[in-house]
Amino acid sequence: MFDKYIIDPTTLRNTGPAEAPTGFAFESKLGYYRGLGLSMVEELNVGIDGEVLPREAVRFDEGPGALTLDEMETAFDRRWAFGAPATLYVERAGGFPKGQHKLSLQQKLRISYMPFPSFNNDEKVIDFAG
Amino acid sequence: MTAKIHRGVSLYSFQEEMFLGRMTVEDCVSFAASIGAKGIEVLPEQNMPTFPNLTDAQVEEWKEMVARHGCHFTAYDMFLDTKRRKDRLMSDDEQVESIKRDLLLCNRLGIRNMRVLVFVRPDILGRCVPYAEEMDVHMGVEVHAPWHLEHAWILRTIEEADRLNTKHLGILPDMGIFMKHYPPAFRARFERQGARPEVAQFIVDQHEAKIMCEYTIYEVAVKMGGNKAEIAMAETLRHAPYANPKRIGDYVPYFRHIQAKFYEMNEDCTDPAIAYDEVIPELVKAGWEGTLSSEYEGNRWIQDVHEVDSREQVRRQHVMFERLIADAETKFGAKEQA
Repeated sequence: MFDKYIIDPTTLRNTGPAEAPTGFAFESKLGYYRGLGLSMVEELNVGIDGEVLPREAVRFDEGPGALTLDEMETAFDRRWAFGAPATLYVERAGGFPKGQHKLSLQQKLRISYMPFPSFNNDEKVIDFAG
Repeated sequence: MTAKIHRGVSLYSFQEEMFLGRMTVEDCVSFAASIGAKGIEVLPEQNMPTFPNLTDAQVEEWKEMVARHGCHFTAYDMFLDTKRRKDRLMSDDEQVESIKRDLLLCNRLGIRNMRVLVFVRPDILGRCVPYAEEMDVHMGVEVHAPWHLEHAWILRTIEEADRLNTKHLGILPDMGIFMKHYPPAFRARFERQGARPEVAQFIVDQHEAKIMCEYTIYEVAVKMGGNKAEIAMAETLRHAPYANPKRIGDYVPYFRHIQAKFYEMNEDCTDPAIAYDEVIPELVKAGWEGTLSSEYEGNRWIQDVHEVDSREQVRRQHVMFERLIADAETKFGAKEQA
């Protein structure tokens, strides 16, 4: 219902030393009409130009500190609030590639009242200066 | 004569603007007041960022904010995260505890109606009835498409309420069950996604003729070689029931609140899809007292091409409500308040 808004392309930045970035980060909102406990966020699949990066490369922080997706599974006291941006940190040697590239995100959510998982998909073409 | 049908809005209606940070909850309440829709339905898991933890001070701030605009709370939409853990479903005891948590917060906010998700088991709700009675909160199971008023699953909740002889368990109809015509906003979106106009027209015609959805889905997917958008459009028919409006009066003892679902209003303030013109007279005739609470769900169907203006959509729906309620009261006579 909010797929097209879940990546905020204006927040993309590299992380680590400027001369040798170790990854990149950007802000995302939960594509859902209410907030959700972090234990129900099953996957945050980040991709560059169609290639999905490893699950282990992604960490998530809605404020109190970054967690891996494995750690989120038991973060029962933390929630991703409705409409609230969280930061996704992605490990990738060299950071996000310079020039025009496609950043994609798929959120896979476990919504209790639905018979199947819920997927939210967004992709943004970004001209990245580094 | 005192109007028995009250008008209100669910904050769900403004999800697009709130998600994008263009409206605050107070903006929504202020707007509702401006169109005379004084009943406010709240989704704590959407509108209260610290949920489930609310201090007494936060509860008072909410009550004061709503009162400042001359409004009042009507309903609390609960959720139940039975799949909170990856390794197992919530136990029955955990489900009861979660529902009690919501009943307590509902009571603290001074709200007397709780919208219960339709998938919650009637026997679990039965176990919550003593606490709902203590909190004086009516648990209304949302009758949401593709379920409908006389679906066997819904009747189980009615039976449970009768068995326990309680006024604190019942239903909460979502008007999406009265989809008489296929929503033009759905069709337009599927056409933008690649549905051929003639196939879209076929699907609309099949819905108009009330042909059981599986025939249409097979025709489109197999015989017509439907593309992805066409098959997806045909599959929406599984969630597009037109329940008989004449039956809603039979269920009046079991509900006190209605989620007035809609997808798009015409400029002349008529609804092209949902049969409010048939449902509202039945509610007036039955002497139902409660709130028609706007639930605008059109944003997701138009946001790819249009700016979403939830306020204008809700405003139009309330012009329609005023007209239909007045017409029905003229016809049947508004019943005096007890």
